[in-house]
Amino acid sequence: MHIWRPLWVTIALVALVLGIRLVMVPKDFGVHGTTYAYKWYRKSSESEWKAIRAKYRGREYCKDCHEEQLTHILRSPHAPIQCENCHGPAMEHPETPEKLPIDTSRELCLRCHASLPYPGSARAKIKGIEPDNHYPDTGCSDCHDPHHPTQ
Amino acid sequence: MITRRAFMRRVLQTISGAIGAAGVAAVAFRRRASANTKTSRWAFLVDTYKCVGCGFCVKACKLENDVPYEANVTRTWVERYILTKKGELLIDTPKGARDGFISSRVQLGKDTYREVKPDEIAKAFFVPKLCNQCENPPCVQVCPVGATYQTEDGVVLVDRKWCIGCGYCIMACPYGVRFFHPVYRVADKCNFCYHRISQGMKPACVEACPFGARLIGDLNNPDDPVTQYIMTQRVSVLKEDYGTKPQVYYVGLSKEVR
Repeated sequence: MHIWRPLWVTIALVALVLGIRLVMVPKDFGVHGTTYAYKWYRKSSESEWKAIRAKYRGREYCKDCHEEQLTHILRSPHAPIQCENCHGPAMEHPETPEKLPIDTSRELCLRCHASLPYPGSARAKIKGIEPDNHYPDTGCSDCHDPHHPTQ
Repeated sequence: MITRRAFMRRVLQTISGAIGAAGVAAVAFRRRASANTKTSRWAFLVDTYKCVGCGFCVKACKLENDVPYEANVTRTWVERYILTKKGELLIDTPKGARDGFISSRVQLGKDTYREVKPDEIAKAFFVPKLCNQCENPPCVQVCPVGATYQTEDGVVLVDRKWCIGCGYCIMACPYGVRFFHPVYRVADKCNFCYHRISQGMKPACVEACPFGARLIGDLNNPDDPVTQYIMTQRVSVLKEDYGTKPQVYYVGLSKEVR
């Protein structure tokens, strides 16, 4: 009877949508944990995030070849500054990149040493300069050794 | 009519069933408690007294996590708060403090600046911001496709293959930590450097901070010094009244901080 026809069409459409869903939605998609609100996701996304390789390797990685420079800076007030803060992320150095860029710009030093005597902030305790008055056209490292600034 | 025998049998069945269910529940509870000691619950401790506004954290974060360096988006940023003696509140974060704060000029708008001299200042300080990895993350609740979620160890991640870029989560975050990634064309956010912490490393910003202003800890490990600090010292969180239960704890927050 013709009144059944819309019903079959509807059933066919629902079946089609469910079929597409079955194919398109990954097997590991679902509720992984206690709540639907926060734990409804594709489980393998977690391992995708974990698989990313770190670019910043830490000073222990640098130490293998550059131990001399490391012990030098560790004896100075600049000891808490990581190598990669100024030399850039090591990544797979010395393979890629072969050479790391060395940032010797005034702006790098000014991050801490531009005088901002803010009460209640540790910035006030760092020796600071007025960038426009303190040898404005000279590189900081022309006079100060960044690995041992008090020497 | 129920016989005495049938009645007794039913009573005994009910009682033994209840005892059995309680036993199962107790085992499950114990199992969950022991599982808790194995999985981590990552949390941050940010000391605003120690932050000097150098912005090394922002630089390291952008490079580590492939956040386009020149685009005005960032997973973490540092805000400068200046309260003048006249009672004005000035807040800025030029480029998210990617290049640090190297001038006493405060950026008020795109091209508007104001020079603030030290003798005008009543109080001034820096506040690093990052994702709070909320216990009740509103950004996750609103995602219509299940592309963002909370892991077992409490970190909120974005599934880049699954995100449709609708931006609903960006609107939902009360802390404004989410943004639209201009290259991947999906929502992006700080995830405590999930690839690093799950390999036993520290997040790039924590490594880069020379002053120990940013620390990460595992709240499920009672021996963790960061956990001990959070449990025993005075710490606060941002927008507590939103009920999101943020897991970035701050030392030295002031009422001006939003």
